[in-house]
Amino acid sequence: MNTVLSIRGVSRTFTSSHGQTPALQATDLEVAENDFITILGPSGCGKSTLLRIVAGLDEPSAGEVLLDGRRIIGPGADRGMVFQSYTLFPWLTVQDNVSFGLRERGLPREEQIATAQRWIAKVGLDGFEHHYPKQLSGGMQQRTALARALANQPRMLLMDEPFGALDHQTRELMQELLLGIWEAEQKTVLFVTHDIDEAVFMGSRVVAMSARPGRIKLERAVSLPHPRHYALKTSAAFSELKAELMQQLRVEVLAASAT
Amino acid sequence: MKPLQPVAHGRRVLLGLAFFVLFVALWALATFGGFVGKTFLADPLTMLRSGWILLTEMGFAKDIAMTVWRVLGGFVIAAVLALPLGVAMGAYKPVEAFFEPFVSFARYLPASAFIPLLILWAGIGEAQKLALIFIGSFFQLVLMIAVVVGNTRRDLVEAAYTLGVNDRGLIRRVLLPGAAPEIAEILRMVLGWAWTYVIVAELIGASSGIGHMITDSQALLATDQIIFGIIVIGLIGLVSDLVFKQLNRHLFPWAQLGR
Repeated sequence: MNTVLSIRGVSRTFTSSHGQTPALQATDLEVAENDFITILGPSGCGKSTLLRIVAGLDEPSAGEVLLDGRRIIGPGADRGMVFQSYTLFPWLTVQDNVSFGLRERGLPREEQIATAQRWIAKVGLDGFEHHYPKQLSGGMQQRTALARALANQPRMLLMDEPFGALDHQTRELMQELLLGIWEAEQKTVLFVTHDIDEAVFMGSRVVAMSARPGRIKLERAVSLPHPRHYALKTSAAFSELKAELMQQLRVEVLAASAT
Repeated sequence: MKPLQPVAHGRRVLLGLAFFVLFVALWALATFGGFVGKTFLADPLTMLRSGWILLTEMGFAKDIAMTVWRVLGGFVIAAVLALPLGVAMGAYKPVEAFFEPFVSFARYLPASAFIPLLILWAGIGEAQKLALIFIGSFFQLVLMIAVVVGNTRRDLVEAAYTLGVNDRGLIRRVLLPGAAPEIAEILRMVLGWAWTYVIVAELIGASSGIGHMITDSQALLATDQIIFGIIVIGLIGLVSDLVFKQLNRHLFPWAQLGR
């Protein structure tokens, strides 16, 4: 299998006036083409830190991250990111937000608009092109953020609890939407979450992390068939994997609250 | 009345006007009722009459034009220079570290105290007025613009980087548009201060302008003319404030959303 991303011995220690806080222990992870990897872990386990290091927004204290064999030294358009907080540019309309990266690349305006339109349609926001972010609901903002990241045609997509601030129903719709896009577009995705259902439902592989300082505790391939439908969440195979992860995660949460 | 409940537009205007009416009524009561001597405070009608004479027979319109010209001239020079410096300070921390202490120091220097020096250096001509307004507004503008630009939401900055902007693109496409509405507000506020400086400059050494008329009237104990001059200043301030507000609303519709 063709490896897109390799994380090699990456660790992160935060230094402050109180001393050193290890956030992430040496971590190795190989991500193959078209993988949808969900990184599951309790709050503060360093999963977001790991994702930010891959994005180039944070630097590892040791180790390195390679994208297509090249070492990552900073953020770039080849790794699109969707954040948990709403990060649409409030001064730009949906269309201009989605075409932000295309404009940066200097594409002709018509091409920018055409591409943006295509992605706006794919995330189901037809008719909202000229709305400002503040006129949209949280779910619509995150759909726009997804379109903005994907319109840029990144090599891989990084998602940091992108649906964490949404209500349960919206969240499930977004999960299906993203899965549908992934199934159709064959993207490589690294998806951070603390929601076990989400991790199992979305991922082709689940990586569970230990409590702080985080390390990868176990990896499980999710062999549930595609296309996935929300009814899958009640199937026996789904429940079995969920139960195992729940057990593992519980141990970690208990460990974290004991210290 | 309930705390923070908004008030309808028509009612807001009515309430605003009501206080002006009340103010003039109290003034009329104090003067026509004989509670205050004519030497100390002219009544509203005498004030209007001498105002009319000032405008029609004594060329006061030219004084007003001179004053407006000076304010705008000094303010535009200050703003044009403060904007790039403020943005550079907000965006680049070493630049801020270099300029900020001095600018903070200079900001507290009372502009009016420079008048004797400025008269020595620039005479009592236009250069002296412009220089005073410049000193009074430049340092304030620089500091406030630097703060606004420096307060740009970090998650927006990170999102922009993952969309492929470089540092220059970040300033042009994220820091500037994000800070623009607040910068416009700062300009509106400091323009108000520039008005105080121009009058002070004209009170001390000038051969034209609203402030000059006021000192002339002082020699004649013409309180009616002085009050008319002050009211004209207030009215121009009010109008320019409204124009600025409308302009901001028109230029930055997105910033009005969700208020």
